[in-house]
Amino acid sequence: MNTIRPFVCMLVLALAATLSPAPLHAADAAPAAVAALPGDSAYQLAVPLVDQDGKGLQFADGRGRPRVVSMFYTSCKFVCPLIIDTVLKTERALPEADRARFDVLLVSLDPDRDTPAALKQVADKRRLDTSRWRLARTDKSHVRRLAAVLGIQYKQLEDGEFSHSSALVLLDADGRIVARTEKLGAADPEFVAAVARTLAR
Amino acid sequence: MMQRGRPGRSLPRPVARIGASLAALGLLLAGAAVAAPAEPAYVEIPATSFLSVIESEPGAKPTPIATYALRREPVTNAEFLAFVTAHPEWRRDRVPALFADRQYLAHWSAPDALGADALPAQPVTRVSWFAAQAYCESENARLPTWLEWERAAAASETVADARGDAAWRRRLLDWYAKPSSGALGTVGGSPNLYGVRDLHGLVWEWVDDYAAMMVTADSRDQNDPDRLKFCGAGAMSLRDRDNYALLMRIAMLSSLKAADTTANLGFRCARDPGDTP
Repeated sequence: MNTIRPFVCMLVLALAATLSPAPLHAADAAPAAVAALPGDSAYQLAVPLVDQDGKGLQFADGRGRPRVVSMFYTSCKFVCPLIIDTVLKTERALPEADRARFDVLLVSLDPDRDTPAALKQVADKRRLDTSRWRLARTDKSHVRRLAAVLGIQYKQLEDGEFSHSSALVLLDADGRIVARTEKLGAADPEFVAAVARTLAR
Repeated sequence: MMQRGRPGRSLPRPVARIGASLAALGLLLAGAAVAAPAEPAYVEIPATSFLSVIESEPGAKPTPIATYALRREPVTNAEFLAFVTAHPEWRRDRVPALFADRQYLAHWSAPDALGADALPAQPVTRVSWFAAQAYCESENARLPTWLEWERAAAASETVADARGDAAWRRRLLDWYAKPSSGALGTVGGSPNLYGVRDLHGLVWEWVDDYAAMMVTADSRDQNDPDRLKFCGAGAMSLRDRDNYALLMRIAMLSSLKAADTTANLGFRCARDPGDTP
């Protein structure tokens, strides 16, 4: 197997150079249909959500305030509780006056099992401030798209668990991705600083 | 294996496919996105259990795959033009940057016209994953999963799983080894066992779960910062290291982001049983 590793690396680099030349953040393409929403806003993606209280909302309803977004699932034992911990620690690392000025959205990767009731159980157990925190679900096709927008990779395993990358993604008030971190467990100082900067704008 | 008696066979070249392509073009002209009466656009692929080349565990068991329908051919420029005409939010001059990079459909002569560099019967390329998803939805379909794509692509003309056949693998490698600088061929290559064409030899194709293929089986690994990056993930052990052609495809797809487009990357759609156009 060792011989394959450098081969794959070289291959990916070569392919990336020849087949994937395009920049990811193209200039706004004048989206006529959605006035004033930047073309690179994550809120260009329509995602119908249902939150822990069974209330329907649109992903783009978060527009107007900065928002920390991540994806998780409730039956996850190892990483997902850490995601919530890390957001809470990020809040605590900010001046008190700033803590209530952004929202948090966690979207389930597991729509089969994560009913609003399952989401509510987590919100209650972790005593999340649901005036600012939303735990939400959508259908599988929108899970895939939202994960693509957020740069979160996941795969459902045969036992129903998910293998996934974990990231906190900071959206500004217009839904543009302004920061992300994959450091979990403690607040990532750079991410905290990005939240503070975004709130100061 | 059946191919051994025909060592001289090679992948069909565009020039050898002109007849089939003209037939396909005729069907397209008769009505883009409308299934041809003689040959439905989608063909059923029967349920099976399939061991993907990605499966790395030595004792890995085949994964059950339910019956699905797969598009016989990749989506063409003509079909994609009909789509952006009906859904102008996917025109290259209107699509939000979130969904497609600057090269999206850049080879077309105009946002609503193909021109000389994009023949109607060529597979559409320079399309993002988001655009491919949206197109498939317009056919009441979806992108195939990698497993669905790989399972259909494992079939030769005569055998459902030709992956163990050295001559078959050589044919695939011959294509992957060709430089991609020449003009794209047109759709309509020779059908495989199921009647699906052009899975090899024409373009790369998006799959629904393209981003998940290199994901390791244990989320706890994620504290290793390289684990999900390509060279780290390249440490995945391949069950069958002879399948370089598939390895190249997996590596290429895994290197992409959903808004990326490339000159050689197209797509086809799949459908669940019961979903009709």
